[in-house]
Amino acid sequence: MSLLEVENLVVEFQTASGPFRAVDGVSLRVNAGEVLAIVGESGSGKSVSMLAAMGLLPWTAKVTADKLQFDGRNLLGMSASERRKIVGKDMAMIFQEPIASLNPCFTVGFQIEEVLKVHEKLGKAARRARAIELFSAVGIPNPEDRLGHFPHQMSGGQCQRVMIAIALACNPKLLIADEPTTALDVTIQKQILDLLMRLQAERGMGLIIITHNMGVVAETADRVIVQYKGRKIEEADVLSLFESPKSAYTRALLSALPDNATGDRLPTIADLLSDEQIFEGAVR
Amino acid sequence: MTHVLETRNLVRDYHIAGGIFRKGRTIHAVKGISLAVDQGKTLAIVGESGCGKSTLARMITMIDAPTAGDMLIDGQKVDIAKEGLTPEMRRKVQIVFQNPYGTLNPRKKIGDILMEPLVINTSMKRDERQDRAMAMLKKVGLDEKHFGRYPHMFSGGQRQRVAIARALMLSPRLLVLDEPVSALDLSVQAQVLNLLADLQDEFQLTYVFISHDLSVVRYIADDVMVMYYGEAVEYGTREEVFSDPKHAYTKTLFSATPRADVESIKARLARKNAA
Repeated sequence: MSLLEVENLVVEFQTASGPFRAVDGVSLRVNAGEVLAIVGESGSGKSVSMLAAMGLLPWTAKVTADKLQFDGRNLLGMSASERRKIVGKDMAMIFQEPIASLNPCFTVGFQIEEVLKVHEKLGKAARRARAIELFSAVGIPNPEDRLGHFPHQMSGGQCQRVMIAIALACNPKLLIADEPTTALDVTIQKQILDLLMRLQAERGMGLIIITHNMGVVAETADRVIVQYKGRKIEEADVLSLFESPKSAYTRALLSALPDNATGDRLPTIADLLSDEQIFEGAVR
Repeated sequence: MTHVLETRNLVRDYHIAGGIFRKGRTIHAVKGISLAVDQGKTLAIVGESGCGKSTLARMITMIDAPTAGDMLIDGQKVDIAKEGLTPEMRRKVQIVFQNPYGTLNPRKKIGDILMEPLVINTSMKRDERQDRAMAMLKKVGLDEKHFGRYPHMFSGGQRQRVAIARALMLSPRLLVLDEPVSALDLSVQAQVLNLLADLQDEFQLTYVFISHDLSVVRYIADDVMVMYYGEAVEYGTREEVFSDPKHAYTKTLFSATPRADVESIKARLARKNAA
């Protein structure tokens, strides 16, 4: 049985010019201990589909699916309070902008202990001990002192480590990382990716990495889903995706990498493909 | 031949004022950078955040004055701290910033944004300004109909095109590009990089290209400088730097860059299965 199963997910937003379909019939599944990468450009619906799975979209979004199941439990019919017991505990998410996603008014120690208080019902001393343990697990030096720091006193890389520690606080079965390294330098990116991969392997978590960086995909994923304009274009294991991409869009995306440049010009998606061609051979 | 841009031991310090409980401090953001770029060439400056590359860009663009050292543009010495900045100098160097969402005034139409450098730095008539702006719009791959629109009606890639068009309105000799594609999607990034290459060929532009993405640098640069804590730890032609990095930081940087080729994926999967 898969950890997360999504079938035919559709997310629509009501706008002044009628409903806008951000996600159009995406199906996916993640197993425990597996790393899935979702790749796409901005507007491909990769973040929205995961936010829908987490139940974090605003009320203006209309979410429908044939199946939305996590760890054998149906998320669709669940009440909001039921769902809150799962989200943040068994299913956690980290976001792109680490500094923006931490609350600037509270110390990082308070923010990590809050999670433990709500979900684990631990006492004060136990919470603190667990927070220190988590901070050292994600490689923050002097965890005792660091608990008393505010987000603005830490660098972007350190803040992302704090975010990961918060997400891991309740030993989640599934971790969703939404562009975890986009705002960071390459050297820091490498550290954070290594950390995520190590923690994933140690704990046997399911991990979904949302990214637009093909390099990050190549370095982390077991399986890859390529999305474009809210639709799934291709799904393959990582090696076959890079070795023999099936869809024209994936091929175009790979050839737009500056690494693969031949001659003076980079081929762009618009040069190579029209909109209809992109969806040709798209899987459902 | 004189270089379009030459700097000799350029230094920039920032002083942080002290208070009652704190002593003042000096931060050495740029510690003596010397470089030279010839016409039609691209110098890429690479480094992590906080290494002083944007401070260097601001000095080259004559936004900030250097604390010490000389800067020569077209062989002519520039010192904005003493002599101020003349419109002639401003016309020679222009800059494109990283975030196209923050650098276009949301209350101005694209046409006005493009014409503003001409209003400030030249005495051109209105008709002529308008013709120039229209021509430039087409040059960067936009359309005449975009002239009367506002920035919020454009995508990130289109906005970056507008920012590039604005920088080119004064026909500069030197264009400083401060992470121009790092906020853009992969395919849009390819379009903007192509545009920059085309414009360089057409106008014989000189670029100073600041980036932390080594794959982009390898694609676009003639010369590469690697900065680390305000110092240039590596400076040479692209081939030299990429084939034989000397400094430990450059090596770290190369090994940290994710690789998207089949061989490295195979190696990674093999490691994973072995573990």
